[in-house]
Amino acid sequence: MASCCSLKILTILTFVLFHAFVESNNFEAKAGQFISSGHTNNWAVLVCTSRFWFNYRHVANTLSVYRSVKRLGIPDSHIVLMLADDMACNHRNPKPATVFSHKNMELNVYGDDVEVDYRGYEVTVENFLRVLTGRLPPSTPRSKRLLSDDHSNILIYLTGHGGNGFLKFQDSEEISNVELADAFEQMWQKRRYSELLFIIDTCQGASMYERFYSPNLMALASSQVGEDSLSHQPDLAIGVHLMDRYTFYLLEFLEDIHPASTTNMNDLFKVCPKSQCVSTPGHRTDLFLRDPGSVLITDFFGSVRKVEITMETIHLPSPIEKVTEEKKYAEPQTEIHAYVDQLPVAEIIHQKPRLRDWHPPDGFILGLWTLILLVFFKTYGIKHLKHIF
Amino acid sequence: MTTMEVERQRGRYAALAIAAVVIVVGVPLWWRTTETYRAWLPVHQINELAQLQLQLNVDVEVVFSRGTLTPEQGKKVPLTQTRDEEHTVDENTSLRYKYETKYRTATIMEEDALNQPTAAEADVALHTLSESPCGSVVVHVIPESSSLLPEGVSVYVGRRRTAVLRTSSAPRGGVTLKEVLAALEPQVTQVLHMMSFSHTDIAVAVSDRVRLGKVSRESLVDSMRAFKSSPGYEITFSLLNPDPKSHRLHWDIEGAVQNYIQPLLTKLAPVANFSIDSQILYYAVLGVNPRFDGSFNAYTLNAESLAHVINPVEARLGSSAASSYPVLNFLLYVPDAHHSPLYIHGHRKQEVPSNAFHSPRWGGIMVYNVNDRYGPGAEFPVDVSIDMARVMGVFLAQLRLMLGVQSSAPPPGFLVEPCGSAGLADWELDRLMWSRSVENVATATTTITSLAQLLDQIGNIVINDNIAQQVSSAVTSLQLAVAELEMGNLGFALQYSKEAILASERAFFDPSLLHLLYFPDDQKFAIYIPLFLPMCVPILLSLLKIASEIRQRRKDKQAKKD
Repeated sequence: MASCCSLKILTILTFVLFHAFVESNNFEAKAGQFISSGHTNNWAVLVCTSRFWFNYRHVANTLSVYRSVKRLGIPDSHIVLMLADDMACNHRNPKPATVFSHKNMELNVYGDDVEVDYRGYEVTVENFLRVLTGRLPPSTPRSKRLLSDDHSNILIYLTGHGGNGFLKFQDSEEISNVELADAFEQMWQKRRYSELLFIIDTCQGASMYERFYSPNLMALASSQVGEDSLSHQPDLAIGVHLMDRYTFYLLEFLEDIHPASTTNMNDLFKVCPKSQCVSTPGHRTDLFLRDPGSVLITDFFGSVRKVEITMETIHLPSPIEKVTEEKKYAEPQTEIHAYVDQLPVAEIIHQKPRLRDWHPPDGFILGLWTLILLVFFKTYGIKHLKHIF
Repeated sequence: MTTMEVERQRGRYAALAIAAVVIVVGVPLWWRTTETYRAWLPVHQINELAQLQLQLNVDVEVVFSRGTLTPEQGKKVPLTQTRDEEHTVDENTSLRYKYETKYRTATIMEEDALNQPTAAEADVALHTLSESPCGSVVVHVIPESSSLLPEGVSVYVGRRRTAVLRTSSAPRGGVTLKEVLAALEPQVTQVLHMMSFSHTDIAVAVSDRVRLGKVSRESLVDSMRAFKSSPGYEITFSLLNPDPKSHRLHWDIEGAVQNYIQPLLTKLAPVANFSIDSQILYYAVLGVNPRFDGSFNAYTLNAESLAHVINPVEARLGSSAASSYPVLNFLLYVPDAHHSPLYIHGHRKQEVPSNAFHSPRWGGIMVYNVNDRYGPGAEFPVDVSIDMARVMGVFLAQLRLMLGVQSSAPPPGFLVEPCGSAGLADWELDRLMWSRSVENVATATTTITSLAQLLDQIGNIVINDNIAQQVSSAVTSLQLAVAELEMGNLGFALQYSKEAILASERAFFDPSLLHLLYFPDDQKFAIYIPLFLPMCVPILLSLLKIASEIRQRRKDKQAKKD
């Protein structure tokens, strides 16, 4: 009886010890993860390359990804959102100031705290490449810049109409996969990212990541070369398709992710199989240094901060010495300013002709007179020259 | 000759003349007008810089006071020795450290200074005697019998650039000076590694050049925590008051910044520019709900939930829209009356005396409890004035970590004087300047070489004159910086390296360098063929016809001869 009890106690004890052991290992693992993921901040560049009402779904795609990324923690100051932004206030929108991503108007992804950094005609290939490479004019405000450093993880999401090797921007220009690969190489040269996740939801999207050659890039596309990406569901009240299939299932997947979850990239690759998506999603991980199974979704979609406890303090003397105001109150002698006459009243009333400087006649007058003279002498002969001199 | 012949001859001459004009005048004209303007770049010098061979020169002075050397050993002093250390980081980068050590005996005034009761006072007295230049280190050697340093401490590092070293053994007769110096060398090297730089610091600083290099774990954590070298930083102090109905908070931020933070920033002026803002946010809550812990009778935040505190708050913090300098945020959070007191606990549930935590490359948050300032029957809102000295003590420590003033644990037997109200010891500043100069030089060389490579690779980019000028000035500044580092003038080296990095960044990020001129070959053909083909085909055909006629005539002449 006693031995049975002691056995039970022993098993419980070993269980508790084992649990404590695992807990402590977990902390070590967490501390180790500080080093292994190598990033301290997260950025997101979300681009919708289409405009016009019938491309509603592309804007809804981008805004849904924007919502998820914000929910998982990336602040607006670290998101560069490029949209044509002509859906919410479009006069064909039956519900103004809304952009829905589910049929029956279930989910409004526009909301009232959307911060669009590049809108309308500012979404161009040039601006996109400038944001990526950092070659913006000095007057560009902070919110329009990608201020990443060598410990940043960047998520880039592109959606719109694409083809084999190019992506169409706003129906007027296109970006090729070579230019995109070169832009990423320039980012790598300047160490503007630590790791980069590139997601593209267009037709033949896999062609856009074929030409990448910089390290630490992982890419996902919604369809292979030769395949079209299809849209998900139309809403009969709004009259257009609301979302694309790949992004729809991607969002369903992201709904289950919360800032502390440990889902890894291998699960993301399984999103939207051919049965649901009709096209075959593809991915590319050969340039990525870490094993995708060890990369967390929140490494790119969320913004989990690494924190350290501050162990040291500096002992400072108190109280604070009053800051002595040593400003000189004697201001320098200021010039006496006077207003210029707003209306030249004197001139208007008196109508005095102003003395203008004399200028010699300029080219046109000279040419005209020469022509007249030539015609005169041609007609009447040279002997009349004596009338001039 | 018949008119037909004359006509044909004229036709032949016309075709030849047109062909000549097209080839001699047209083709070069077309080539020159479709050329992109590329200003001259000093490519040769840039390629030289790609092979970075840095030499860092440290001036060390070792002063022997009375009782450390025997008279025979003392006669050989003053003596100068040079020690070289070579390290190769990778095939393009090699580092060389040169320690020029001057050995001498102490003067009477220095002996008097070392006779002070405590080491701190001795340090102050030594400083009033002479000021060592930036980047140099002075080590005073005191005999074993001296009581200047407490028990168990063999090295004392002061607030300036001086260290006091206690020898481990008394001077013996039969030992030569060389052996004494050799015995002293390991300790002196340890002091130098602490007060100027160690190889790991410099290796981390050049890690930008090394492609995906492997650095040690601690140094990687340090490099991840501190901000990269930047010409300026913005510091923002924010007071978060989630409960204005209960607490009316007063903080003398201006005075605190003037007294505590400004001295540090003034001292760091050669390294970077700083701008300071402060703000108060009302009704700002933490994103995490603290749990009530009965054992401490307080609310606690454990280490895992701290990571989720920052993001909701960051959305409410502003930053200056105009500049793109990195921002350091320091938040002071006063918990609301219902969740007071609030303590932060570490990983193993241990208490944290500072009640603060920081996030690498972002800033720090401190929780300040005010529930002990008022009793239960107080009338809300309660006026609370915040003890800025305590708060700034924590923020100053966090600021030092963020800026890269590493305070790794000193080796055993070392006593380091805390930096006090100045915020920064002179040797810590030197250390920062060494690593910053090397980092700037490494980054600037990478930028310039990758820019040159890029411009070489992409033949269509227009290189304006201002870019060429920036590149030339960057190259000049880099060469000067490397030269100054070799000579040991740390201040000038840092200044030149800053100029180099500014110029190289400006050249690399110039908006005119955007490569939008990618033309695939089939597009080029599609553009040129409609223009040139209709023109070239008649010319070519007529030339061919002329050539075939000449050949025919030659054949006829041959036939006639035979």
